[in-house]
Amino acid sequence: MSKILIRGAKVLGGEPQDVLIDGETIAEVGSGLTAEGAEIVEADGKVLLPGLVDLHTHLREPGREDSETVLTGTRAAASGGYTAVFAMANTFPVADTAGVVEQVWRLGKEHGYCDVQPIGAVTVGLEGKKLAELGAMHDSAAGVTVFSDDGKCVHDAVIMRRALEYVKAFDGVVAQHAQEPRLTEGAQMNEGVVSAELGLGGWPAVAEESIIARDVLLADHVGSRVHICHLSTAGSVEIVRWAKSRGIRVTAEVTPHHLLLTDELVRTYNPVYKVNPPLRTERDVMALREALADGTIDIVATDHAPHPHEDKDCEWAAAAMGMVGLETALSVVQETMVETGLLDWAGVADRMSFKPAQIGQATGHGRPVSAGEPANLVLVDAAYRGRVDPAGFASRSRNTPYEGRELPGRVTHTWLRGKATLVDGKLT
Amino acid sequence: MQRHLISAADLTRDDAVLILDTAEEMARVADRPIKKLPTLRGRTVVNLFFEDSTRTRISFEAAEKRLSADVINFSAKGSSVSKGESLKDTAQTLEAMGVDAVVIRHGASGAPYRLANSGWIDAAVINAGDGTHQHPTQALLDAFTMRRRLVGRDAGLGQDLAGKRITIVGDVLHSRVARSNVDLLHTLGAEVTLVAPPTLLPVGIETWPCEISYDLDSTLPKCDAVMMLRVQRERMNAAFFPTEREYSRRYGLDGDRMAKLPEHAIVMHPGPMVRGMEITAEVADSDRCTAVEQVANGVSIRMAVLYLLLGGNEPAVTHTRPTGSEEK
Repeated sequence: MSKILIRGAKVLGGEPQDVLIDGETIAEVGSGLTAEGAEIVEADGKVLLPGLVDLHTHLREPGREDSETVLTGTRAAASGGYTAVFAMANTFPVADTAGVVEQVWRLGKEHGYCDVQPIGAVTVGLEGKKLAELGAMHDSAAGVTVFSDDGKCVHDAVIMRRALEYVKAFDGVVAQHAQEPRLTEGAQMNEGVVSAELGLGGWPAVAEESIIARDVLLADHVGSRVHICHLSTAGSVEIVRWAKSRGIRVTAEVTPHHLLLTDELVRTYNPVYKVNPPLRTERDVMALREALADGTIDIVATDHAPHPHEDKDCEWAAAAMGMVGLETALSVVQETMVETGLLDWAGVADRMSFKPAQIGQATGHGRPVSAGEPANLVLVDAAYRGRVDPAGFASRSRNTPYEGRELPGRVTHTWLRGKATLVDGKLT
Repeated sequence: MQRHLISAADLTRDDAVLILDTAEEMARVADRPIKKLPTLRGRTVVNLFFEDSTRTRISFEAAEKRLSADVINFSAKGSSVSKGESLKDTAQTLEAMGVDAVVIRHGASGAPYRLANSGWIDAAVINAGDGTHQHPTQALLDAFTMRRRLVGRDAGLGQDLAGKRITIVGDVLHSRVARSNVDLLHTLGAEVTLVAPPTLLPVGIETWPCEISYDLDSTLPKCDAVMMLRVQRERMNAAFFPTEREYSRRYGLDGDRMAKLPEHAIVMHPGPMVRGMEITAEVADSDRCTAVEQVANGVSIRMAVLYLLLGGNEPAVTHTRPTGSEEK
């Protein structure tokens, strides 16, 4: 196997060190390393992080290959510094059987850009009525441990309770898309000052918060763990903080866009800002940043949601909800968390690699950068600043809210078990 | 003036007064034996209606024809829109046929804004009502009616509505008329009070430049105009209020309530009225109700808007006024 010597990399943002990769593993970390015949990568003060892990990605295959495929989605992931992504279940057909999850898992393996860990649906067809065969999906080759009806809320309290209980048998976790359906009928954007003015149907914070409150109490009652997808409001932060203080086993994620953007952008009626849960207020954004910094929110997850151009090039109400995020996530986190002094790079590694790997039980990912560990690594040029150009995306879709926006940081190299998937910003 | 008319909030005081004054000139055309001006001869205006509307479409059409524009009426029903054609494609198809202005009514809030700002077309865009967002020509014709009645037809020229107290009653939550009126009336210096059950006021309304009340009776004695909004019966099924009768009792305008208004105050309604719900027949048919007058004024206002957006610098009306006054 080939050897790669990364010279002068700030491991987790620390002092520059050399890292030697031998085959699929990290052989040595130290100063002044040499290795005969090794390929040399001059890191030149760039930041070296463990490969990022995304607990919330929509790869769209099977069914919507016009917006993304496992291949294009995992190339986008590698481009953004990810070595593992969890693929959401809302495909066509829905990933609610062992057959579908195995197909997605196998496609990821064949393409080799990024490990793909399928998420299984909680209920058949995401309909919220009947539990899908969770055990069969866990026992399949895909080894599913995370279950979610994402896009839809498991709103029936009994179904949610049963799911939380049932997955304890194999230490699974239910990831809840917290959205009370009756309170969000016809919802188009955050309910508040801006929706009142724009005349767009409101998506009230309480529709998220009431479900989270219910689910942490359910998790407590049955002694299960629950994961909250894309938490978006200051009130949700308070509930999760309270639940954690009571020892309830709850984890939560925040998306990059909820850390940066607010509902003021909806004034343009440009559906590129249409997303679910919706962009909230400045006050929510600040609360989410603080909660990610203090650990109340455990991880950043992209909710990468590719859509074809025609689904966004229309009036607001007709547009699809969602934004692509894999290729800009790290930059947005650098902008909102690192440059504001809320997190250091070790903190970024924790929120974007260690913790998501733990929650999803992604074996071999989210490991320390030290000898003997799998060589899942990403090199980041943190000094870079540039404007986002969707034309350069590896994703099949271009629905980014950051087009033309200046953001810091650029992923230059990604290694998946010692194999380079991205070199000098170019996919291999 | 801007190139498009999307929201009443986009108008400055001077823009709005200019439109009202121009509409007064246009109204004089209606008094002539031949109610037609050559102003928009050779210009094509399309009325692009994705939502059912009788009075607004006919009003625009009358205005366009009185200005001698070529008019194309497009209604979404039975068109390729029902076959899945997008707003963008529809608009571009129409523009390819050489349209100078698009008057659009759409069920989605923001659709006219998208049409004007997405680079899809070059034509001027006039919002004829979008979802629960805006209906700026309605607000203009309402302000025109108020200025005529409360300030005076001639005395009102060049004037705004400073100090006038306007009460708007009803389903503010779903009303583009309320939103447009609050914006425009505030710009024109009026003091606006919105009256509705709390369920029919949007969350976030506290930033609007107006007062809020849940009690109609206490506001009536101190207003110069009261505008009753239509309450759709289907709201009842969504628990916005318990029953139609309870709504009528608390928020409807009947003869007894009308008697609480100051002598000079007028009753307005954008139509269509639901008699027996928000307004009784007695009030609707009284001299104080301007509903029919508002319809007539709508044509003058829409002529003024079309002229100012499309007509360029030529004077709109080149005849001597019946009053004998000189053209400016």
